[in-house]
Amino acid sequence: MIPITLTVNGEKVSRHVEPRRHLIDFLRLDLGLTGSHAGCEHGVCGACTLRVNGKIMRGCLILAASLDGADVVTIEGLSESGEVADLQAAFVARNAAQCGFCTPGMVMTAAELLAEGGSPTRGEIREYLSGNYCRCTGYQAIVDAVEDTLRSRGATP
Amino acid sequence: MKWPAMGYARARSLAELWSALEGHGDAAQIIAGGQTLLATLAFRLSEPGTLIDITGIAELHGISNSGQVLRLGALTLHADLCSNPLVKAHAPLLAAAAPLIAHPAIRNRGTLGGSLAYADPAAELPACMVALDATIIAASAKGERRIPAAAFFTDLLQTALEPQEIIAAVEIPVTQRLGAIEEITRRSGDYAMAGLAATLALEAGRIVAPRFVYFGVGNIPVLAAAASRALEGRSLDKASISAAQAALTEDLDPPRDLHGPPEMKRHLARVLTERVLLGFLNPKVQAA
Repeated sequence: MIPITLTVNGEKVSRHVEPRRHLIDFLRLDLGLTGSHAGCEHGVCGACTLRVNGKIMRGCLILAASLDGADVVTIEGLSESGEVADLQAAFVARNAAQCGFCTPGMVMTAAELLAEGGSPTRGEIREYLSGNYCRCTGYQAIVDAVEDTLRSRGATP
Repeated sequence: MKWPAMGYARARSLAELWSALEGHGDAAQIIAGGQTLLATLAFRLSEPGTLIDITGIAELHGISNSGQVLRLGALTLHADLCSNPLVKAHAPLLAAAAPLIAHPAIRNRGTLGGSLAYADPAAELPACMVALDATIIAASAKGERRIPAAAFFTDLLQTALEPQEIIAAVEIPVTQRLGAIEEITRRSGDYAMAGLAATLALEAGRIVAPRFVYFGVGNIPVLAAAASRALEGRSLDKASISAAQAALTEDLDPPRDLHGPPEMKRHLARVLTERVLLGFLNPKVQAA
């Protein structure tokens, strides 16, 4: 077991983890934070997307053991911060969550695009989200929600 | 699927790394960003005894320009290649290639050294290193070794690295040469069905020392000698583009793979050749 101390959603956490534990199982099973979803567990689907040290990453492709000293923000922390309240409202308004499995990862990824502060085109939004799968295939509404949020934050198409 | 049971150790300096590699022997597997390695563990394509985490080793980080060469530490992230001002200024081919790798969340953790050491024949960065005539700086307990990129990739997923040797950095000559990359993928972020990373100089409208490197068409990045010869000294026009396309027959012997037969790959390579060369005629041509 490897000792780690890290910050999760602003709180300091110390645990011992097995090397084979990935970040998503650490969050879901050890800390009870079930917002980050374990989908494909080999880095393809994006359902486990979260922030590590300020940048989005695949939680299923990170060893929990490697995160001593890291700062992790999950969808729970991001929601509580209010940073993406408008994006989440746009997801509701556009009916962009169908089964909802991909939604936390979609929001985490879109949040990084929004934080970059540019004026991406619809095609660029799709490209940015291309690593996040929606198996309901509800992409149109998801891109609509991100686009609405960009516009309301002042981005010009 | 869950990863297999294994050990984990952090190396905080090269000295610690050499001693960890010595101690664990063949059971040791170096991990940097892990964006390929950890997926292969999920599939049980590899089952290392102990992962040695090198991400905390300061000597492997950093991007610097000596005037003659741009030095990129092995732990340079794909995301750094997209956005670093020195890379944009002195190796714009890499800045153009990096956004083609996977997706933002992968590029934020995947490393240059990891991509080169894995040596996927359909990956962008190995081909770029050959096109840029880069030098791979390998390091081990015995010291450093300089390996030209063209000699580094030896076979499918195989490199010139010795056991217990790592990539410490790459050096890219700082020149005024032009560079371009094009690829054809089934979906955004996928490995290429076929791709082309190319560099050349244009002197008085004539092509000088072109290096055309195709990926996804063989076991290693393929430096197309005949196509490069067909372009040498010629002006960039329809005739020279056709000559390069024709010469590819000599350069490429692509295997059949899950995307299709060899002739389809040759066709894609010809299409890419035209796209890249027409791109050099475009006023938005970039330096390599």
